[in-house]
Amino acid sequence: MSAPEKLSDVEPRFFSRAQWIAFLVPTLVLALLLPLLNAFLPAEHFLRPSDFTLNLYGKYATYAVLALGVDLLWGYLGILSLGQALFFALGGYAFGMHLLLMIGKDGQYKSDLPDYMVFLGYKELPAHWAPFHSFPFAAFAALWVPALLAFVFGWLAFRSRVKGVYLSILTQALTYAAALLFFRNDFGFGGNNGFTDFKRVLGAELSSPDTRRWLYFASIVLLALVFLLYRWLTRAKFGHLMQAIRDGENRVLFSGYATARYKLFVFVLVAAVTGIAGALYVPQVGIINPSEMTPEKSIEAVVWVAVGGRGTLIGPILGALFVNALKSWATRAAPELWLYILGGLFVGVVLLLPGGLVSIPGKIKALVARLRRPPASPASPEPAA
Amino acid sequence: MAHPILQAEEVTKTYDGFRAINKLNFYLFPGELRTVIGPNGAGKSTFFDLLTGRAKPDVGTIKYATSDAAPSLDLTALNEYEIQRLGIGRKFQTPSVFAEHTVFTNLVLSLKGPRGVFSSLFHRLDSEQRDRIDALLKLVRLDGKRASKAGLLSHGEKQWLEIAMLLASEPRVLLVDEPAAGMTDEETHRTGELLLSLRGKHSIVVVEHDMTFVKQISEGGQVTVLHQGSVLCEGKFDEVQSDPQVRAVYLGRGKH
Repeated sequence: MSAPEKLSDVEPRFFSRAQWIAFLVPTLVLALLLPLLNAFLPAEHFLRPSDFTLNLYGKYATYAVLALGVDLLWGYLGILSLGQALFFALGGYAFGMHLLLMIGKDGQYKSDLPDYMVFLGYKELPAHWAPFHSFPFAAFAALWVPALLAFVFGWLAFRSRVKGVYLSILTQALTYAAALLFFRNDFGFGGNNGFTDFKRVLGAELSSPDTRRWLYFASIVLLALVFLLYRWLTRAKFGHLMQAIRDGENRVLFSGYATARYKLFVFVLVAAVTGIAGALYVPQVGIINPSEMTPEKSIEAVVWVAVGGRGTLIGPILGALFVNALKSWATRAAPELWLYILGGLFVGVVLLLPGGLVSIPGKIKALVARLRRPPASPASPEPAA
Repeated sequence: MAHPILQAEEVTKTYDGFRAINKLNFYLFPGELRTVIGPNGAGKSTFFDLLTGRAKPDVGTIKYATSDAAPSLDLTALNEYEIQRLGIGRKFQTPSVFAEHTVFTNLVLSLKGPRGVFSSLFHRLDSEQRDRIDALLKLVRLDGKRASKAGLLSHGEKQWLEIAMLLASEPRVLLVDEPAAGMTDEETHRTGELLLSLRGKHSIVVVEHDMTFVKQISEGGQVTVLHQGSVLCEGKFDEVQSDPQVRAVYLGRGKH
């Protein structure tokens, strides 16, 4: 067998020309074309995406960022975290605090305090809320609060070499504990109602189509940037080490790498990125409450990745899109069946399509090749294309 | 006389009351190729675990010489990757290579160099490192398979790849656990030649079962016989082979 000198073996080009096109075209269509069509076409035009559609896609884009994080940990590093939605929700809460304060006196009770605080009899704003009046502070908190929690948890877990199913259970327990905590009124974050009734962000009305277009745009841009960041990470020697840790951590450890630090780095980075996605999610859906942190949410994100195809960066995006589109449809058409559909989908993919949606083209190609190959060559004179 | 590079004294390690290593004394000298034999359960793998930071001794000292002076660095206080960075490399009994990576990438990840998170993010392979990898691939005769996934190699090829990975990190001490397992006679012989050629440049400990192979690689060198966690005897292959105690516990049990 010939062995080509693969200079590209370890440091391949970031993208080939075709890959740049495959990346830029959908990104530009989604980020620019759709909002422009939405803004400038007459309401009845068949090419105009509705405000609702745009909003939905914006939400999906933030989910896709969550899914990419799940996959970076699970597909590349071999850590199945069942608590990634916690970081998403924490980012959402951090930014939600800002949105809540921006309601000002326009709440139900016409008070300076957020409604739920009035309701619970607060006399003044708790001191730790004050800095969240600042947009930059809140936006930054959406990044470092999840990152800090991930650091503390990850430092303890990875240093003690907790791995495999034990780590999965711990992550699930973490998000469950956090949900229980946030459900309590006296924890101070609005209990089971969470935060809602947001009015504006950066002075712009959240109800205006213009603001919503910008939020949608920001979500698509975030998704594109996160994709590029993770792509860079997985193509570097660092990414090869991630996969090596997944396939044989011992060998990596005995090759002189402090594997716990590698895991911690990825875990914290993903938490921070996921938190930003959560911060963008909240103004688009208009609410954040503790149900976003329950283990089901994290497990759903794992299903997106499995369905889309783990260990690839395109798979989680497709999976998040496909499963959520299915969910939007199913919860309207047959709401009581949705959980069965989701479970069935997961089982079906694991059994029949372990590579997920992204593996379908390859399977079709293989099938076509098999059908094209005739039993005996003289029977088919025409050359294979 | 030269100082040992690696020295274990009065080392004991107990697992659930079972003394896997019992008052072991072991001295490895610079440039030496030492063969360690012993029946199953003699404590060979535990011994490697203790040397590489995987396990900690209950009592006893394990010291390493970072220079020509007497060994003074306490290895029991260090973990696996710290010990590797000091120049002690280990090959496992079952070949452990990165199955999903190419042969080439396996070596890239093993090359001597900075091991930190940030250096891995911004790592660039230079031409000197490429040449080094090429040389290693030739040495273990895998240059035709550089682009193959390591998981697709034969068992013997995986063993060689792991040896090459070890050498890529330029260790001073090589701990090699059953390198000939699963190899044909011819491959085994070539592995022996490879190990013999590394004598002098590296200090090597080889754990092995295959007596033909042991005889080949212990030419002129010392053989250590482990039994029930301690050194039963030490000497040239012929001396060891004719030792009545050794024959009783090991060679006498059918394997010759």
